[in-house]
Amino acid sequence: MGSFIYSVLGDPFVQMLQMPDFLMQVVWEGFVSGILYALIALGFVLIFKASGIFNFAQGIMVVFSGLTLVGLHELGVPAFLALFITLGVMYVLAFSVERLVLRNLVNQPDIILFMATIGLTNILIGLGQWIFGGETKSMITEQLWLPTGSSVWEPGGGLVIFQHIDIAAAVIAALLIICLALFFSKTKVGRALRAVADDHQASLSVGISLNHIWVITWFAAGIVALVAGIMWGARSDVSFSLQIIALKALPVLVLGGFTSVPGAIVGGLIIGIGEKLFEIYWGPLFGSGIEGWFAYVIALIFLLFRPQGLFGEKIIERV
Amino acid sequence: MKDIAQGYMTEDGRQIGAVLMELKNITLKFGGVQAITNASFDIREGEIRAIIGPNGAGKSSMLNVINGFYHPQEGEVWFHGKKRPSMPPSEIARQGIARTFQNIALFHGMTTVENVMTGRQLMMKKNFFWQLLRVGPALEEETVHRRKCEEIIDFLEIQAIRKTPVGSLPYGLQKRVELARALAMEPKLLLLDEPMAGMNVEEKEDMSRFILDVNDQYGTTIALIEHDMSVVMDLADRVVVLDYGKMLADGTPDEVQKNQAVIDAYLGVEN
Ligand SMILES: Nc1ncnc2c1ncn2[C@@H]1O[C@H](COP(=O)(O)OP(=O)(O)OP(=O)(O)O)[C@@H](O)[C@H]1O
Ligand SMILES: [Mg+2]
Repeated sequence: MGSFIYSVLGDPFVQMLQMPDFLMQVVWEGFVSGILYALIALGFVLIFKASGIFNFAQGIMVVFSGLTLVGLHELGVPAFLALFITLGVMYVLAFSVERLVLRNLVNQPDIILFMATIGLTNILIGLGQWIFGGETKSMITEQLWLPTGSSVWEPGGGLVIFQHIDIAAAVIAALLIICLALFFSKTKVGRALRAVADDHQASLSVGISLNHIWVITWFAAGIVALVAGIMWGARSDVSFSLQIIALKALPVLVLGGFTSVPGAIVGGLIIGIGEKLFEIYWGPLFGSGIEGWFAYVIALIFLLFRPQGLFGEKIIERV
Repeated sequence: MKDIAQGYMTEDGRQIGAVLMELKNITLKFGGVQAITNASFDIREGEIRAIIGPNGAGKSSMLNVINGFYHPQEGEVWFHGKKRPSMPPSEIARQGIARTFQNIALFHGMTTVENVMTGRQLMMKKNFFWQLLRVGPALEEETVHRRKCEEIIDFLEIQAIRKTPVGSLPYGLQKRVELARALAMEPKLLLLDEPMAGMNVEEKEDMSRFILDVNDQYGTTIALIEHDMSVVMDLADRVVVLDYGKMLADGTPDEVQKNQAVIDAYLGVEN
């Protein structure tokens, strides 16, 4: 018994202290995964804020955009033109979702809209497989001028390896988040987006068209999905199994709150780093596959103590 | 009241113009509930028009028809002499109809200034690229609109709370911010749903003064719902009385006050 307690509460920390360079490596890798979780969660948050819809299709949008990009390139379209066309495809998707789904289901209960996004998920899976085939593809990393090498850092005799694509992912994700933040705070469309997130009726009364805003938010979520798709694809592969990873956004959202952009970012990083640390240092105790469920455990525990999320407002039930 | 086609002169000597909006035989139902039954009246340019009636009479529903939140099953809405086709409320806002709400609808995540700036949303034309760069024409545009908002904020005497997030403001001030946001749209027709509800006497007096000043200085046509009869008598040029969705009376405050059907309705007499 005593040795079990030691192996849970003592040994992992001793290991961390003994090999700080390895700890750094683990934290860095968790950090990069965390950024990608954050991007996926960010897509959810954007749509949830603007329309109150839990978009189940966000994960598949990541796969679909990545697949479109790679698929177009396979058909002989130059990489950057393919990137541009993929953006166009994401716009068409946003536009169609608004026209065909949201517009007709407005004022329906949330559960109906949620079901509609499940439908959308299956349509996108079908469409993706039909057009580009179901097999795994590799991301056109070099063609998009993304770096592929790695650098070694040797702090005090230790060894930490940085994949350049990971550094690029971190930088690009940060840039994307900064752009979105500026867009929200400094432009009139951003102001309209915040208005719609706050109050639909009031927005309408000042002449903001909800339909227009929905197209913009779904497009923004599509761009975020595309960036996540490229980065994740470059680290592993582009395949439909990616959408499982996208489900990691759920615990991230529980942690960060469904309506908080900073929450999505911080939540993503906590899950990403926590999961990696746990897998490496405690994984042997609990068996492999811990990466699959650890995030949900954190989220569940968190849910008990702070159901509104890290940055969410306190939920006060009106009676 | 003598009603001349081109307008009329009020008791306090203001010239009221031609018909700006006309509601013809409006009927609005929610399932089995008949919220409005065959109501017809007009609103004239420069006028302060009151809609009164007991709770549930259909007053708010009427404003919702005017600004397009509700689509009546029967009847026509005429605006600027043309029959208005069915269109979304955001489009109607663009045509110059602004409003406030019975249960304040502000953007709680924003400050007072930001809320008021949303009223200028439609007039800002520069695309977001220039706005992001904050250069030249976009910056100039933002400045022009901000100046207009500051003017309205001064007008309504809410300078002190310019930068305050509106969620934390007391009720009376929130109502004022809501009015400021509507005014920022420089509307042709301003709809106020119980602008003084829940206010103390002093706040009511302030609000009354603002409403009169808006009408006077900007020439804004106003349609308002109000329960306090003394306020209605002070402000309104003409009054529509609704009861159970039906029109009981339409006339000057004096006329409707003397109307027997109105008196009965307010005293709760059955038919
Ligand atoms: N969206 C809606 N759905 C169903 N019924 C509605 C709706 N809006 C209004 N009603 C009904 O229509 C009738 C008129 O309501 P309305 O809000 O217009 O009254 P009101 O005159 O503004 O009352 P109050 O003085 O209480 O504000 C009421 O019976 C109300 O329940
Ligand atoms: Mg009402």
